[in-house]
Amino acid sequence: MSNFITEITPNRPVYTDNDPQGDFSTLNLGPTHPATHGVFQNVLQMDGERIVSGVSTIGYIHRAFEKIAEHRPFYQITTLTDRMNYCSSPINNMGWHMTVEKLLGIEMPKRVDYLRVIVMELSRITDHLICNGILGVDTGAFSGFLYLMEEREHIYEIFEEICGARLTTNIGRIGGFERDFNDIAFAKIEKFLVKFPPILKEFEQLFNRNRIFIERTSGVGAVDPETALNYSWSGPILRATGVDYDVRVNEPYSSYQDFDFEIPVGTKGDVYDRFILRNEEMWQSLRIIEQAMEKIKKEPKGIFHANVPEFYLPPKEQVYNNMEALIYHFKIVMGEVDTPKTEVYHAVEGGNGELGFYLINDGGRTPYRLHFRRPSFINYQMYAPMSRGMLLSDAIINMSSLNVIAGELDA
Amino acid sequence: MGKISNQHIIDQLTAQFDGQFTAPTEPFGLLTLETSTGTINSLLTYLKNDKELSFNYLTDITAVHYPELEKALCVVYHLHSLTNNVRIRIKVFMPVSNPTIPTATTLWEGANWMERETFDFFGIQFTGHPDLRRILNVDDMTVFPMRREYALEDPNRVDKKDFFFGR
Repeated sequence: MSNFITEITPNRPVYTDNDPQGDFSTLNLGPTHPATHGVFQNVLQMDGERIVSGVSTIGYIHRAFEKIAEHRPFYQITTLTDRMNYCSSPINNMGWHMTVEKLLGIEMPKRVDYLRVIVMELSRITDHLICNGILGVDTGAFSGFLYLMEEREHIYEIFEEICGARLTTNIGRIGGFERDFNDIAFAKIEKFLVKFPPILKEFEQLFNRNRIFIERTSGVGAVDPETALNYSWSGPILRATGVDYDVRVNEPYSSYQDFDFEIPVGTKGDVYDRFILRNEEMWQSLRIIEQAMEKIKKEPKGIFHANVPEFYLPPKEQVYNNMEALIYHFKIVMGEVDTPKTEVYHAVEGGNGELGFYLINDGGRTPYRLHFRRPSFINYQMYAPMSRGMLLSDAIINMSSLNVIAGELDA
Repeated sequence: MGKISNQHIIDQLTAQFDGQFTAPTEPFGLLTLETSTGTINSLLTYLKNDKELSFNYLTDITAVHYPELEKALCVVYHLHSLTNNVRIRIKVFMPVSNPTIPTATTLWEGANWMERETFDFFGIQFTGHPDLRRILNVDDMTVFPMRREYALEDPNRVDKKDFFFGR
């Protein structure tokens, strides 16, 4: 990595850890520093404005989700996944549902797949919006952030129309959605597809060729693909280094293979590349949503869940009036449905990278073991090593562009 | 989906490590092998460096606790060959009395925090790890909380008793 960085940023000094003169100072960046956007602590050794070395301390909001998940039935784990990457919680929800569906061998109707794709791509846009907006704020450009927040609000209104919640959505169920999208939801998505592109265009015009922004971000935090792969990076920051790994293409889930979209890749893997790449991914997400809206029109109306009465809770009116529905309701809630005793790994492309669910099932009511492969946790471990030799202000924007979400980091 | 079949991987590994791994299964198409703490390092090295297989991407390291087994702790590696688009899962079982396994940080820098997390929650000792400290839990914790003998909440707590809901 060091050769690559000195090529890109030639003036960067090389530090070793020892401090012979004793003139380095210690700086606590975090855990509640406003510029870190979350609870991250880094104890930095500073030589003036330059970082000599750093130690990351994490775990401030660790909530033992993996332990809690061992005590909860499958359908109650959705709310835990919400609270990992809370900037794009629907992707986490859907990822969990699809993991369980893979375990149970449920075949999903195409319309449900497309509805899911719409929700997941919308939440990818919210995730990238907040990351790029905050990156602008950290470089000193506040207005772009404000333009984008309005659009994020519109996406949250769509989520509200679909599931009633905004941030921690708990959207969907195992086997589909809890209810069909109503006409207002579709109308809001249509309106968003019309109103959002000009605003994203304006945002790009503010930043992409802005000389101050380019000088501030170009070459900062550059990573070569070998190092990125060696550190198991995934998601936009890996693609910014030039590796075209995207779970949506490598292992298509939820019928992503039906869509025509491109995976943008960068060349230098620096902050500027990540910024441009996230913008480009938003355009691609819009393309996917547009295609999904078209495809849904060709599918039979009113299908919003798979026909799996053993796993999908029946509507309440039927539970009260219909014996079979009552039995299924009881069996689902009490966990008396037989599930295969096996293990499954399912990955989705989250906002920050490969979000994996490793589920070991012993046929009981709760998972025997559930492990989340959290992209933020794995991406963040390079932060301290890569900050070495950086200016403090560069390290701040580097952290913003990694888009590390504290909830996902600590789980 | 992948460019090489699971059978091909098994054949190649059998030629190299005959008898040192057992029970290849394929739950949901994901090749799963079991091996021993003595073989794991050379197996991972081979999988990573072999030109054809090139499992160069370490997806995840985690552990599972099966208290009823004699070798109760199981470390699970997920590797991914990005060029062939194939995943593989490798399990290593070990007794609770001696949970030591060689580190994978010599192969992947990314294994560092994954192993720290596994140590933090299961007490697996990764020999050769450069910095094996707790990562998510507090430093002065004495137990390994994801082991099955530790209940979710302390049953003796009285401040959280909620008699109306039968807890």
